[in-house]
Amino acid sequence: MSAPQSYASIVGEGIWSNNQMLVALLGLCPLLATTTSATNGLGMGLATTAVIACSNGTVSLVRHLVRPEIRIPVFVLVIASFVTLVELIMQAYFYEMYLVLGLFISLIVVNCMIIGRAEAFASKNRVDRALVDGLAVGLGATLVLTTLGALREFVAQGTIFYQADLLLGEAAKGLTVSLGDDYQGALIAILPPGAFIGLGLMIALKNVIDKLVRRLKTAAKPAHSDPAAHAEAAAT
Amino acid sequence: MKSTIVSSPHVPRANRVDQIMLQVLLALVPGVAAMIWFFGWGVLINVVLAVTFAVLAEATVVLLRGRRPWPAVGDLSAVVTAVLFAISVPPTLPWWLTLLGILFAIVLVKQLYGGMGYNPFNPAMAAYVFLLISYPVAMTTWLAPSMLAEHGFTFMESLRAILTGALPPGLDWDAVSSATPLDEMRGKLDLDMTIEEIRQSPLWGSFGGRGWEWVGNWFLLGGVYLLWRRVITWHIPVSMLTGLLVSAGVFWLIDPQTHPFPAFHLFSGAAILGAFFIATDPVTACTTKRGQVIFGALIGVTVYVIRSWGGYPDAIAFAVLLMNIAAPTIDYYTQPRVFGHGGERG
Repeated sequence: MSAPQSYASIVGEGIWSNNQMLVALLGLCPLLATTTSATNGLGMGLATTAVIACSNGTVSLVRHLVRPEIRIPVFVLVIASFVTLVELIMQAYFYEMYLVLGLFISLIVVNCMIIGRAEAFASKNRVDRALVDGLAVGLGATLVLTTLGALREFVAQGTIFYQADLLLGEAAKGLTVSLGDDYQGALIAILPPGAFIGLGLMIALKNVIDKLVRRLKTAAKPAHSDPAAHAEAAAT
Repeated sequence: MKSTIVSSPHVPRANRVDQIMLQVLLALVPGVAAMIWFFGWGVLINVVLAVTFAVLAEATVVLLRGRRPWPAVGDLSAVVTAVLFAISVPPTLPWWLTLLGILFAIVLVKQLYGGMGYNPFNPAMAAYVFLLISYPVAMTTWLAPSMLAEHGFTFMESLRAILTGALPPGLDWDAVSSATPLDEMRGKLDLDMTIEEIRQSPLWGSFGGRGWEWVGNWFLLGGVYLLWRRVITWHIPVSMLTGLLVSAGVFWLIDPQTHPFPAFHLFSGAAILGAFFIATDPVTACTTKRGQVIFGALIGVTVYVIRSWGGYPDAIAFAVLLMNIAAPTIDYYTQPRVFGHGGERG
């Protein structure tokens, strides 16, 4: 087995270069369904992060006890327990948020991103790395969910973080940005097509940024540039 | 691949994109003129605005993609998209909605997929649906046809309504707008009125709504011109109109009191325009002949289904978009057999 990854590269991959939603395109159903506002996206992202960090840690702890033949049922049981926990906690402390996200909280259990990390990372790595990976992947997902939620909410209603107090308490009321009441938004943004269009634009934006960064790197040290970037620059 | 043919006098078929698009624009002239006649100068203003926006948007995106703008703008496909879009929207649509729609059509639906020839969806119809879903009120405020209107809009009044949203003094939207024939028919049928009662209203002509049916006739003329110049073939328009007529006919025969007679469906809304100008878009329609017949017929049936039981009074745009995405599959299953390969039983 190759040398274990450094923490920095785990975090970098989870948040950006291997972002589960923008690059692996996993966990799209909560992404598309719950991002009708920035608050919903943030709530969903935090809930997912909690589940993925806990399940990664637990799977990593029991990785030597579980026989490979039954690993998938064990992963599912672990994930389901944590989803139930998160659901009960949200019901107890963020009841309005729980009502808004409703069914999608329980559906975190079938989020392919979580079982994907359990299988691909946690079951092969030490507990500390698995935890860091879970948090980084969760954070990456939260960023995408919140950004897409903010984008859709802004286009459709002209607000960002409307009703943020449902999730973050009274103090968060100041967080709401609003363009005023006579803003005529495009309703399509909070309907399902808006989610697909928004996600497509975000993926495109990420690719553009990656390309610019690569170009800057090759420009900075032309002697040691990697051939792939050169080939791409030549092609365009 | 140009082939020079013997013996005179032949009219060579248009075989470049800009020639074909020019023919389509020419064929649109009678229909657009009829729309201006019945619905006022707003139609023309919308066409001019939309074409300007479309050409600018197309040139900008093509420049951003690092290509020369002229070949893309010069093939006139953006102009055709803009004209089709402009005549689908209400004649007093605020200018910024036209801008939004055109940006959606040209930038998202056409150029992001690779530009002319690569877009899976009809840009004009995608933009129309985008606006209809996003701004339902503005997109359904149609003016009454001129012979029924209490107030005829002058050129300046139309321009002012489009640019500022302000109506001439003493008028409000309720006074100048009117239900479209399809809207009227649906609304009244929902109130359990019979067709006979509904048609008492002065809104109706001999087939569809007054004014509207004539717009349909003039588009039909343009469509026949396209057929004559062999820019389009008969497969899609005929099968689409047949699909619509047959499905309307079946239900009309079952109960003529609650289902409008088939010709009403043909000459109301955008059926004729859709059959000859929109569904026949060579980029987004089927390419095999058998496929085109299936494609057209399915559009016709879908239009009837949505008009009768769907959420919107007219459905050309929805039906065309649905079949656009089905077109590659239809093409796949209707490939003509290559001579010498396989037989009836493979």
